[in-house]
Amino acid sequence: MSEPFLIGDSMTGGYGNGPDILHDCTIAVNKGEIAVIVGPNGAGKSTGMKAVFGMLSLNKGSVRLDGEDITALSPQDRVVKGMGFVPQTSNIFTSMTVEENLEMGAFIRRDNYKDTMTQIYDLFPILKEKRYQAAGELSGGQRQQVAVGRALMTQPKVLMLDEPTAGVSPIVMDELFDRIIEVARTGIPILMVEQNARQALEIADKGYVLVQGANAFTGTGKELLVDPEVRKSFLGG
Amino acid sequence: MSDSVRNTIYFAGVALLIIITGFVQSWNTALFILNFGLISAIMALGVNLQWGFAGLFNVGIMGFVALGGLATVLVSMPATPGAWQAGGAPVIGALMLGAATVVAAVILMTKMKAGKLRSFSVFGVLVVGFFVYRGLFDPAVGLIEDIDPAATGYLGGLGLPILFAWPAGGLLAAAVAWLIGKTALGLRSDYLAIATLGISEIIIAVMKNEDWLGRGVKNVVGLPRPAPYEVDLQSNTAFIERANGLGLDAVTASTLWVKLIYAGLFTVVLVILFVMAQRALHSPWGRMMRAIRDNEFAAEAMGKNVTARHLQIFVLGSAVCGIAGAMMTTLDGQLTPGTYQPLRFTFLIWVMVIVGGSGSNLGSVLGGFLIWWLWVMVEPMGSVLMNFVTYGMTDGYWLKDHLLESVAHMRLLTMGLVLLLVLRFSPRGLIPEK
Amino acid sequence: MIDFLNAFVALSNFVLIPAISYGAQLALGALGVTLIYGILRFSNFAHGDTMAFGAMCTILVTWLFQSWGISFGPLPTALLAMPFGILATMGLVLFTDRYVYKFYREQKAKPVILVIVSLGVMFILNGLVRFIIGPNDQRFSDGERFIISVREFKALTGLKEGLAFKTTQGITIVTAVIVVIALFWFLNRTRTGKSMRAYSDNEDLALLSGINPERVVMVTWLIVAALATIAGTLYGLDKSFKPFIFLQLLLPVFAAAIVGGLGSPLGAIAGGFTIAFSEVMITYAWKKVATYVVPEAWAPDTLVQLLSTDYKFAVSFVILIIVLLFRPTGLFAGKSV
Repeated sequence: MSEPFLIGDSMTGGYGNGPDILHDCTIAVNKGEIAVIVGPNGAGKSTGMKAVFGMLSLNKGSVRLDGEDITALSPQDRVVKGMGFVPQTSNIFTSMTVEENLEMGAFIRRDNYKDTMTQIYDLFPILKEKRYQAAGELSGGQRQQVAVGRALMTQPKVLMLDEPTAGVSPIVMDELFDRIIEVARTGIPILMVEQNARQALEIADKGYVLVQGANAFTGTGKELLVDPEVRKSFLGG
Repeated sequence: MSDSVRNTIYFAGVALLIIITGFVQSWNTALFILNFGLISAIMALGVNLQWGFAGLFNVGIMGFVALGGLATVLVSMPATPGAWQAGGAPVIGALMLGAATVVAAVILMTKMKAGKLRSFSVFGVLVVGFFVYRGLFDPAVGLIEDIDPAATGYLGGLGLPILFAWPAGGLLAAAVAWLIGKTALGLRSDYLAIATLGISEIIIAVMKNEDWLGRGVKNVVGLPRPAPYEVDLQSNTAFIERANGLGLDAVTASTLWVKLIYAGLFTVVLVILFVMAQRALHSPWGRMMRAIRDNEFAAEAMGKNVTARHLQIFVLGSAVCGIAGAMMTTLDGQLTPGTYQPLRFTFLIWVMVIVGGSGSNLGSVLGGFLIWWLWVMVEPMGSVLMNFVTYGMTDGYWLKDHLLESVAHMRLLTMGLVLLLVLRFSPRGLIPEK
Repeated sequence: MIDFLNAFVALSNFVLIPAISYGAQLALGALGVTLIYGILRFSNFAHGDTMAFGAMCTILVTWLFQSWGISFGPLPTALLAMPFGILATMGLVLFTDRYVYKFYREQKAKPVILVIVSLGVMFILNGLVRFIIGPNDQRFSDGERFIISVREFKALTGLKEGLAFKTTQGITIVTAVIVVIALFWFLNRTRTGKSMRAYSDNEDLALLSGINPERVVMVTWLIVAALATIAGTLYGLDKSFKPFIFLQLLLPVFAAAIVGGLGSPLGAIAGGFTIAFSEVMITYAWKKVATYVVPEAWAPDTLVQLLSTDYKFAVSFVILIIVLLFRPTGLFAGKSV
């Protein structure tokens, strides 16, 4: 098997000098795929993703992007390397307009980003409609679209989403998943953490079930959905 | 080196500084520094209660100190003959009416339903109340201020011994602190800072302008004293003999003796307040305060009423400042509202607390003495320095004159520098909190 | 009818024009406070003394120019000197940031610690200003004193009431308008300005977007230095320059920033004018205006002054308290963290 595009390889570590939260945990995503991290509360799902993004220090293991070891880079440097990250909360500039949010997403770019912005408006038509409104005035689902749009403005090589559907209604959730699939179709690999395991695994090419900071089950989304162990212990029958 | 050895060395060091000042300059200066050092230590204790125990940021210390000063006049000066008959009742009535207006507005505000009707009624009550108040108040004040304006022109006081003014000053400061705390506590810390800054300016403005109350900028001089007068001592043969026996002339001996009496009185107050503060710090109450300071949310989650506790300690700390203010005015023998400057009476106390060690009572006392000594001595030391710097310059050269003249302003520079250096390199102060 | 005109002229002369120019000065000061609060997240108590420092530098350069015989025609020479004052103040704030504030920023110190640090800076600046220029009143305005004087106005209109429009008031208003437009253009239209707003809005996300915090902080200080110098110089031109006055300005300036909503530039301007108008209107003796408007029989025999001018602090303070009680985030919802 060839090396995945982005891989957090056997990561062990925790926040600051605190106890280890992750134990030999591996998360990876291939080009053109959607990888999903699921697991019970407190399993270290978000922590695993943050570790890949460099927000906690690893005692063991490494993170590699396109074959390059980026373990020592800061989150900011990883953004420059082509990683887009959408945090779970406060992931937009509420006092700024939608368009300014997108502009800020492109802050590190020195070239003309108008085309990217047009692409994002095509992807999320509602944002084009509300481009001059303050992002803080939008609904929950629209805010998530702004957040994803902001991250896409850097033209990332991989997009990481931390619970993009947290706190939105089921209908909005379905719509958000559709949008995420569309983004994936543009060729950007997506790594995301999800609470709504069933729906997430349905759209996932690769699924990781974490329990207590370690890999419990790994497989394609379909495999996991039908795996009796996973169903019994985790998906609720 | 154990803590107690270190602390002893610190205090011995400060004592030595004062003693050296006595030898180099004069014993009067040394005792002057000691007396104001005692008062400063008390103020620092008060601020440490608020900041060190509870993390409350009060930049209105000047106001509470000034209220203590006002209390000395209200308690100790004799009532001005005829003033109460002329306008006492209407003034008190007007003030009560003013208070009643505000209370009525607050009650309306809380009891009525929000809407236009409420806004109108609250506004109406305030406007009518204000004009009735002014109608009652202005003429009465005019009458009082007309009584022999060159000498009195104010209501005067109760004519009690001035020592009663010390607790009274504390009470007055506590009352105002309660009002301000009730409104500004519970909001973010910067807001309390601005609110206290504002109230202290207003207190000073009231004291400068309400002549009927404390003669305003005309000052009240000749406050009664808890110590004998120097002139009386100098004509007292027994005293002169004793002075001569010690090899002192009567004039020096009398000034020193009076200052020593004050020092004794102040020391008693400082010791009492220090013991109380120390016991408070180590009581369950003090531990709770510090728990609140360190993590307000956790304390709140544990069912502590944070705002009420903060109000309590804010009032207590301000009361201590009020007591110190009354003592200082007693020592000065006069109330001069024009001399209250925030840099001297608010921010300097902050330097004392932080240099001494936030949260440490002993540290505050040390900081009070040390910083006060520095404050007084910066000027003579500065002029020595400037003379040295300008030694090579010819007399009359503009820079030389300018530098020598500007020595007086080195105090603020030095204090700012001390504060920044301590915050940077020893943020817990000389005697850190345990 | 003519009475109403007279009343309006008196009102403009004693209330509107002074309040507008004072409001402009407060607004410029409050903008500085609010920007520091929005980006560096603390209330900068040294701001009043930064204003004093900037004004002092401007005055020194003005005197230099005057001694060289340079003048600005009918306008005060101080306007020519102001750019140099701004440069000097920029140097000062960058110096204090590098050697004082940066340390605490890196430590992620609590805001209240930074406030105390700013007290130390305030002490030093206050001492420095007094050390250099002395504690006394300094006059440095020259050029024409009036755009229109009372006599000219009366001759022009034939009205009984006169109207004086001082050059310094005119300059204050014009400068403030230009500065505010430039500032808002910068904040809303330029990349750097937007990055400042983004940083103020959501620090973590700004970092994720690759915004360099140190650069944002530096630009903020530069803007604040310019605002403080302009505000201080205008206030000094209009009233007079006295070092300790700027300490007293701190209260109305902070009140303006909080009333408007800390962190909100638009709020700072609204707050500045709210405070200035209330102060002037409440401490103005309305007798003159009233005598024109009401029938003679009702003419007031008192000054019709709500509060003596000595209590103008009280006005900013009371407004501040009312806003804190009923709308703690200010008129233009600033930060309440």
